[in-house]
Amino acid sequence: MQDINVSVAEFLDHHGDEIVDAWQRRTFFAGRTGGDCRAVLNGVAEVVLAGRPEDPTAAGFDAIRDLLGEIAMDRIRRGETAAQTAVTLHDLKPPVVELWTSSRDGDDALPGALRLSTALDTLRLVAMELVGGESADLVEERQQLLELSTPVIRMWDGILAVPLIGTLDSARTQATMEGLLQAIVDQQARVAILDITGVSTVDTAVAQHLLRTVMAARLMGAKCVISGIRPQIAQTMVQLGIDLGDVTTRATLADALAYGLRQIGLVVAAADNH
Amino acid sequence: MSGPVSAQAIHVGSDLDIVRIRKVVREHAVAAGLSLVDQTKLVTAASELARNTLVHGGGGEVTVSTEGDERGTTIRLVFADRGPGIDDVDKALTDGFTTNSALGLGLGGARRLVHEFHIDTEPGRGTTVRIGFHAPNRRGR
Amino acid sequence: MTTQPVIRLDDVLLVSLHSDMGDEDAIRLQDDIADRVASVAPRGVLLDLSAVEIIDSFLARVVHDMAAVTATMDAVTVVVGIRPAVAITMAELGLDLGGLCTALTVDAGLRELRARDEVRDRERP
Ligand SMILES: Nc1ncnc2c1ncn2[C@@H]1O[C@H](COP(=O)(O)OP(=O)(O)O)[C@@H](O)[C@H]1O
Ligand SMILES: [Mg+2]
Repeated sequence: MQDINVSVAEFLDHHGDEIVDAWQRRTFFAGRTGGDCRAVLNGVAEVVLAGRPEDPTAAGFDAIRDLLGEIAMDRIRRGETAAQTAVTLHDLKPPVVELWTSSRDGDDALPGALRLSTALDTLRLVAMELVGGESADLVEERQQLLELSTPVIRMWDGILAVPLIGTLDSARTQATMEGLLQAIVDQQARVAILDITGVSTVDTAVAQHLLRTVMAARLMGAKCVISGIRPQIAQTMVQLGIDLGDVTTRATLADALAYGLRQIGLVVAAADNH
Repeated sequence: MSGPVSAQAIHVGSDLDIVRIRKVVREHAVAAGLSLVDQTKLVTAASELARNTLVHGGGGEVTVSTEGDERGTTIRLVFADRGPGIDDVDKALTDGFTTNSALGLGLGGARRLVHEFHIDTEPGRGTTVRIGFHAPNRRGR
Repeated sequence: MTTQPVIRLDDVLLVSLHSDMGDEDAIRLQDDIADRVASVAPRGVLLDLSAVEIIDSFLARVVHDMAAVTATMDAVTVVVGIRPAVAITMAELGLDLGGLCTALTVDAGLRELRARDEVRDRERP
């Protein structure tokens, strides 16, 4: 199978005209040229291709940092608040993710959507970075963006997943966990999957948060599964003395979903006609 | 602003005083703008420590105050009793240690739930536990 | 306490706890439930904690003991409605309720009791 990062980058390239067209009609790019949209899109494609959608310092973002900052500052100078600008940036995500999911139905639909979603969340961070560095308002704003940047995904009726990506710090993990537990209540979920396939390192504080989330979900009446624990991370956890003893774990997100489906009483079977 | 914004002293003589302390601490936490999770952590810690004041310390007094300075708001709680004191503080802080066939998670657990935690105790003279909880600074709005 | 927190729904007892409960109220409730379980012989007990704003080690102990006593009388206890903020705090304190059966809502708790009845001696695959 082709590398998912390559697939997503190629998709952005092939559908460039459609995306630019959609973006030009969004508030954030109002009064801007198609060339500006195209430049931003190229930056996004580059960070996805490089496998660093979560990294605001990736080269692809460097190339468009000034442009994004200039557009954001311009909007704020004309009377928009930082929060409003952040919302107009958020509007850039749905057309891209929808276009991707409507053009895919294979195994890569979900991981691709996650990468796009992450890249566009990071794009917001990059754009807002230059908006008045010291303003306390903005610090809070960034905190909120950070919290928004890890989505809780509804995998099935009653099954939620949180794909954790990149380097986890304690504050972000905690915010994500609180979001997941609230989503369990809101959506009446019976199974919650914490997928850490995309996580590069885990320290004691982060591992503790993961374990506490599993425990808290259990207290609330939901089952929590951790999927995608890579060998290095498993090793770090053992070295840190963290016991995953009675936590349910699965090798991949797909295995965890299969476990979840079984938990809610569904069976996945191959159709007879092929 | 600086210094205590408001301080309240509550006598701890019965289990219903613990209920009252939880209410007062909750009011301070809400007024300081703590998130629901942080409110819950602080009120839970207060409940544990107030019960220790009552059960192990034989009763005492709890003071609740909110202070603010340019760095932000802090809620401070002091639990004071003139009971038997604690012989071995490290041991008392260990999860699962109890002299009372209870769960023994109160002291160590309360320490994990808050940002500042100090115990002053002397065998035969009593125990004072001080805790602090920081609220995020809300300036600039 | 003036309110009557124990309600009978067919063969299930629904017990609703609230936050203004003092330690002694909790102990009284624990005794009351033991009596009711002995006289009614329910299939299960649903302990509704959705109105409870904090669970400290004392209340956790009471909940745990209620379930243990109920179990000796052949009724299953399902704890329902623990709020996220409460669950996070309990996890940090290290209060795990000793692996009690839990459910999100009273409805889900009832379903859980029914499912347990149906598969009483059939183990999960
Ligand atoms: N205020 C106090 N005065 C005297 N002893 C105390 C006090 N607070 C705690 N202790 C001692 O520390 C031990 C551990 O306290 P804690 O962790 O709250 O557990 P528990 O209250 O369940 O026993 C208690 O059993 C008691 O011996
Ligand atoms: Mg105690």
